[in-house]
Amino acid sequence: MLGWRITRHAVAILATILLGGLLSATLVRLAPGFDADEQQLDPRLSAESVRTLRESRAQEHSIFRFYLRYINGAMHGELGMSHSLSQPVGTLLRERAPLTLRLVALGLLLSWSVAMAMALTSAWLRVSALDALSTIVTGTFLCIPAAVLALLSVLWNVPGSLAIALIVLPRVYRYWRNLLAKAYSLPHITTARAKGLGELRVLFWHVIPMAAPQLLAVAGVSVSVALGAAIPVEALCGLAGVGQLAWQAALARDLPLLMNITILVTLVTLLAHSGADVIGHMLRSQEI
Amino acid sequence: MSVFRKLAWVALLLVVGVSMAANWLAPAGYAKQYRTQPNAPPTRQHWLGTDEVGRDRFARLLYGTRISLLLAPAAALISTLMAALVGGLAGYLGGGWARIAMAVTDLFLSLPWLFLLITVRALMPLNVSPLASVLVTFLMLGMLGWTSAARVLCATSASLRGSGFLLQARASGIRGVRLFGVHVLPNLTPVLYAQFWISIPVFILSEANLGILGLGVAEPMPSWGSLLKELEGLVSIGEEPWKFAPLILLVLVVTSFQLVLSNREEMAA
Repeated sequence: MLGWRITRHAVAILATILLGGLLSATLVRLAPGFDADEQQLDPRLSAESVRTLRESRAQEHSIFRFYLRYINGAMHGELGMSHSLSQPVGTLLRERAPLTLRLVALGLLLSWSVAMAMALTSAWLRVSALDALSTIVTGTFLCIPAAVLALLSVLWNVPGSLAIALIVLPRVYRYWRNLLAKAYSLPHITTARAKGLGELRVLFWHVIPMAAPQLLAVAGVSVSVALGAAIPVEALCGLAGVGQLAWQAALARDLPLLMNITILVTLVTLLAHSGADVIGHMLRSQEI
Repeated sequence: MSVFRKLAWVALLLVVGVSMAANWLAPAGYAKQYRTQPNAPPTRQHWLGTDEVGRDRFARLLYGTRISLLLAPAAALISTLMAALVGGLAGYLGGGWARIAMAVTDLFLSLPWLFLLITVRALMPLNVSPLASVLVTFLMLGMLGWTSAARVLCATSASLRGSGFLLQARASGIRGVRLFGVHVLPNLTPVLYAQFWISIPVFILSEANLGILGLGVAEPMPSWGSLLKELEGLVSIGEEPWKFAPLILLVLVVTSFQLVLSNREEMAA
């Protein structure tokens, strides 16, 4: 059953990546100015040189040929060249991915720890004023654009991972709070408390196992939110990660580079979602 | 209706009303430059000072608010209609159609929202007229923001498929577009209405993010995104606090939307 689930996810990821890649290639090909090359405007070039330049790009004209060439290259570790940075895309991604992964991982760790602490305090103490205060604080962060939080982090000289944590926190906290409130209101929790079980034991034996599958699903979603937050944080904090690279590629209309980043981010997001689903399934089957 | 919700309604109506009256309330046009007073602090003439090219910040805030508050609902309308068409039809038709539609929806949903936005924005020309940039930005938000709503609508529409009134309508000989338009779509209205309202603050925040990153509305047209871009050069908060006026207004409006929508979100879920 678990093997079937993993296979299904693997096939879905592969299909999504292929379909997404084809869609990206199509959009890149159909985008206005696809065929334009600044070099062609160089007055020093002769008509023959311009023609040679055009011919060198002609092989990208057919979407399928362009895409097949891309897949063939990707299988051999060649993701093409960045037009704007004049560097191989693979090298750019290898250089920048570790920083983004570190930022996102730290941001997620921070946001999850704070969200868990706030939700647990709220659930244990059951003071409505505290609950309202937590909701107001996280609600305010939810109403501030991610890019503004990134700008404020520059202003206050705080690390980028903290900015990512503040962007992810309100979303995660809402789920934590609702799931814990739902779990604590169940009759068997009241029975466990009435029998004299300590709060920690109730939490780790009865509440967390109940909420774990849904919390794992939230973990998958929060990876996607954190990756999205990496764009403004890296772009505005001057951090040389994949988010900044995507922003630079967008401003320079470096479409092949942007396409590769999009596929990479989709792959990471899908892996996170699938991982969360598979672990959630394992936990549920253990409960049964 | 709670006190907070009433206050939120009042705040929203006030902001919308004032921004719609920008032509009368603003001391100057949004592009008018007071060349002798660049970077001026707030004065009686310029309530929020002037920007680096001498444009009145208060006027730009009023016009920018109007653009954001007029076009975010327009984008929300496009996305809701697309969601109704894709999600509603997929749920109604079921089978292979629903699987294909939901696979496409999942494809869009698997990408972080901001990555999707900047990728699609980069596919379009960046050097366009200010008016075209406004239309491109909000049209793009509308065309890409339908996916999560489509999922909800597909599930709602699928739940209606086996209902008694649809069986009766089919037995009466009603088929195809008429069955969908007359019997299914009206029953999706509450969810569509909720999704429309939920999308507005999401699109307002997305436009602000794009604007700050330089991929939104082009100068000299103001929007919340382009106005917030001014925060980029700040050294400390106490230095020029009036530059935070667009942020305060944006937070007020989005918070008001969240409060007004708190029961609609439950309905949409």
